Amino acid sequence: MDILIPILIVAGIGLLAGVILAVASVVMAVPKDEKAEAILEVLPGANCGACGFSGCSGYAAALSKGEAKAGLCSPGGEECAKACAELLGVGDVAVEKKTALVHCMGSYDMTSDKMNYDGIHSCSASTFLAGGITSCRFGCMGMGDCAAACPYGAISVCNGMASVNPEKCRGCSQCVAACPKGLISFVPLKKQAVVRCSNCDKGAQTMKVCKIGCIGCGKCMKACEYGAVKVQNFCAQVDPAKCVGCGKCVEACPRHIITLLDV
Amino acid sequence: MDLKVLVGIFLAAILTENYILNKFLGICPFLGVSKKLNTAFGMSCAVTVVMVIATAVTWPVYTYVLVPNDLGYLQTIVFILIIAALVQLLEIVLHKYMPPLYNALGIYLPLITTNCAVLGVTMLVLEKGAADASFGYVQSLVNAFGAGIGFLVAMVLFAGVRERLELCDVPKFLKGLPITLIAASLVAVSFLGFNGIVDGLLS
Repeated sequence: MDILIPILIVAGIGLLAGVILAVASVVMAVPKDEKAEAILEVLPGANCGACGFSGCSGYAAALSKGEAKAGLCSPGGEECAKACAELLGVGDVAVEKKTALVHCMGSYDMTSDKMNYDGIHSCSASTFLAGGITSCRFGCMGMGDCAAACPYGAISVCNGMASVNPEKCRGCSQCVAACPKGLISFVPLKKQAVVRCSNCDKGAQTMKVCKIGCIGCGKCMKACEYGAVKVQNFCAQVDPAKCVGCGKCVEACPRHIITLLDV
Repeated sequence: MDLKVLVGIFLAAILTENYILNKFLGICPFLGVSKKLNTAFGMSCAVTVVMVIATAVTWPVYTYVLVPNDLGYLQTIVFILIIAALVQLLEIVLHKYMPPLYNALGIYLPLITTNCAVLGVTMLVLEKGAADASFGYVQSLVNAFGAGIGFLVAMVLFAGVRERLELCDVPKFLKGLPITLIAASLVAVSFLGFNGIVDGLLS
């Protein structure tokens, strides 16, 4: 009979704990936002933050409260936007497809290394040494911090230069944060001209460090009939909203640094 | 009650009797969530809170329920039960009354349910109490709090070490867990240097 006492005591403690928990969960129940939970189901769950909220749950909460627009989720794409819009009871939303783009074409053929770098194989580490290893202080160092950050394997580094495969890019913006030079930004996925250079040095200095970098000559600006190309800080920039993809600036560029985005 | 004794207990729990680096309890979160400083900090805060509350409940249960009935051997199973229930209760309360803290602690709170450092603290303070009659309820609570802060110190220190390790050129065969364990052992050895410091400070 001695065994009964410990059994009763342990069972009693268990029962007490169970009752307290059961009462607590009823008394202190937190009303759940069912709409937000339903939206969270259709979101891809990548928690990438491309929508501008803290992960998928943050975006779902904002959506259900009407504080955010559907269609901000780029990894989810069109399907996800439609599902969200349906749950929220709003009409179809247009999703602008976009892709990350590396604004540099400074491969090993075009630029040279200014040092014999034997340190950690990481762009962000090597920028601490005199601003990076390439001759161009704005250019891609080709050590693949962006490729390592990409969860979808869309970035490859070839010949000292990173490039994004638009078909694989889901627009999560991990690479944008990973690049210490800030070379990667998003462009709409349509036929358009893109400047693949970020060098803000004056033309003569750019000529010294890169065979292909933008010298800010402004020929593209004159060639464009739609006013889409501008030169700022000795580097050409294309406004995607105005560009129609005629390719005049591509032909005019003496450095061949403007390319047409293939779709 | 001598304040000096309590300060001594508190400091000893952090430095010389550190639960991670000296008693090797709670190694799982020590290796698992010490990759980043902020997650390490969040986890340690949750552990500290749970350690104190768990000790506050298990000490009277042991002293006034188990010992009078000659059931000291049930300690482990009863303590696990109580800690698990406490953590659940704490989670419900936090969710209701302190949503920001609940979100900050997030996944760490349920993880602590099965943390051996928490169980270790609740059991080891009883061992100390058995060895030294003056080690009572308040001393146990101070010891539990010190153990939690010691956990925090170890976690934050080690998170710093690991963040430095990220940028090191580690030989291929040591990459990942092996170098982490080596680093952990070095931090533990460095804590051996604190031996005797508390007695020396307060004597």
